[in-house]
Amino acid sequence: MTSDAASVEIDMESGFNTKTWAIRIASIGIWFLPLIWIDPTTYIVLTIAGLAFGMLLFMVAAGMTIIFGLMDVLNMAHGALFALGAYSGGYWILNLLEKFGWVEYGTAVQSFGSLLLAIFAGALAGALLGIVVERVIIRGVYGDHLKQIMITMGVLYVMTEVTKIIWGASPEVVLVPMMFQGSYDIFDVIVGKFRVVALIVGLAMFAGIQLVLMKTKLGLIVRAGVENREGVQAAGYNINRIFTGVFTVGAALAGVGGTMWCIFQEQVYPEIGLENIIFAMIVVIIGGLGSVTGSFLGAIIVGLSFNYVAFLLPKLAMGVNILIMATILLIRPWGLMGKE
Amino acid sequence: MAESILSLKEVHTYIVQHHILQGVTLDVTAGRPTVFLGRNGAGKSSTLRAIIGLNPVTSGEIHLAGRPIQGRKPYEIARLGVGFVAEDRAVFYNLSVEENMRLSMFEENEQAWNRLETVLDLFPDLKRLWRINAGLLSGGQKQMLAIARAFVNDHRILLIDEPSKGLAPIVVDQVGESLLQIKDKTTIILVEQNFHLASLVGTDYFILDDGRVVHQGLMEDLVEDQALKQKYLGIG
Ligand SMILES: Nc1ncnc2c1ncn2[C@@H]1O[C@H](COP(=O)(O)OP(=O)(O)OP(=O)(O)O)[C@@H](O)[C@H]1O
Ligand SMILES: [Mg+2]
Repeated sequence: MTSDAASVEIDMESGFNTKTWAIRIASIGIWFLPLIWIDPTTYIVLTIAGLAFGMLLFMVAAGMTIIFGLMDVLNMAHGALFALGAYSGGYWILNLLEKFGWVEYGTAVQSFGSLLLAIFAGALAGALLGIVVERVIIRGVYGDHLKQIMITMGVLYVMTEVTKIIWGASPEVVLVPMMFQGSYDIFDVIVGKFRVVALIVGLAMFAGIQLVLMKTKLGLIVRAGVENREGVQAAGYNINRIFTGVFTVGAALAGVGGTMWCIFQEQVYPEIGLENIIFAMIVVIIGGLGSVTGSFLGAIIVGLSFNYVAFLLPKLAMGVNILIMATILLIRPWGLMGKE
Repeated sequence: MAESILSLKEVHTYIVQHHILQGVTLDVTAGRPTVFLGRNGAGKSSTLRAIIGLNPVTSGEIHLAGRPIQGRKPYEIARLGVGFVAEDRAVFYNLSVEENMRLSMFEENEQAWNRLETVLDLFPDLKRLWRINAGLLSGGQKQMLAIARAFVNDHRILLIDEPSKGLAPIVVDQVGESLLQIKDKTTIILVEQNFHLASLVGTDYFILDDGRVVHQGLMEDLVEDQALKQKYLGIG
């Protein structure tokens, strides 16, 4: 009890502490550092691209972090859900709709319609595979992180191969609906239209998750479950049903992430899941395992730094993210918003 | 004979190869506050956890008001009318006092909110701390919240595991006060090492040792029985 009270006091104090403020200001200031080497217009373009990229990363990381927080499960198969979402939503549905002339040369309504249908299909595919993965694979390895990583990584590799069998090993072009092709030119700042869409979808997803978590009884149960599962059961809630529900939603979000991602990149390939799971892991760890807000911040950090560094020193882009992760973990081993 | 609200018959619990409960048999009478006593490791918490379904009942029977409940899931048992205040972490630190209470309410209807009013009248401190995260409460306040949480539903029985643990003597008295206030409104089953608190609240007692009930009777008799207290509780 006493140690609790003490740590609270220290926290409250450090809120006004100069050192903390120095760190905060420095951590904001650091984002302007690239301006030394990049001209302002390019900088703004890169920043918007980075934010859009961050939102796409968040879509994958959101499900992963909630599933970890509530169920204590590290699910690498999340990458497979992402890939399946990409192939079924971004590739298959958009190609199908193209046959009716809805996509490449569609009207505004058809463009929006095809994007919504693609997102829906991606979510559905992710959710369905997610349910199977939870029932068949994860149920057997609750409580054992090492086994979880091994077996879900296995699922990811197997699914990557299955993808190759179904859709072929080489990259396929993904169509972009008419409305979202090209860019806006705002005072010489060129902003890809689909980047704006990605930003909006990502923000909406974050807002939606926060709304459910903070304002509904279900969210209350989930937050309580992240802290103490037994306590939630003893309070009269069927935690297994809530697990399955949350897992399914997390899987659907990964599917949406995949759909959005491949439209953004205008291509899809079997390794898409493997590549992105690494990014998602970095984001989840930076944010603090289990924290949605942390993942949101982590995604923005990774998205921005990746874009700046990729512009300046392309070869270092990935390495810098790992460096950032290591630095943050050195300062806060539990991540930005994780629990000690 | 008075109505039995809870009965355990030869309850055994194995966790992996550990034989934790070794045939617990006991009967709790409706309306009579009952305490489980015994040394550390005697199996008191394990008995409560078996009742609420958090520990497995490997063999034996548990009846709640005549109805078998062994083998059911904790959430089902809770909904059948068993409230549980755990030994550790009985409140959610990252939720506010309000959220802790709302989580505990099975239904958030008119009746439940009225009941909440009554609970808050019993624990006025909680009203003042309504929006504060439970992790920031003092040890005593946390314990009050834990009891209030369990009491917000109309439970048949209320299992409370060592509410005095880690609290200063004066705070233990406050917890005792709140238990006295609710003891007529439900059947309390209290695990307690603090003998004073146990004798203040309890009418009946069971002494556990090595995962079995070794003694039972009226609390008022136990208070006088120095030899028995010495033998099983190391006090007297
Ligand atoms: N999950 C478990 N695995 C193995 N042994 C356990 C487990 N839970 C409890 N035990 C053992 O069972 C015995 C009874 O434990 P229990 O917690 O019920 O005791 P208690 O009477 O509540 O003690 P205390 O007064 O210290 O809280 C102890 O020897 C304990 O070590
Ligand atoms: Mg105990």
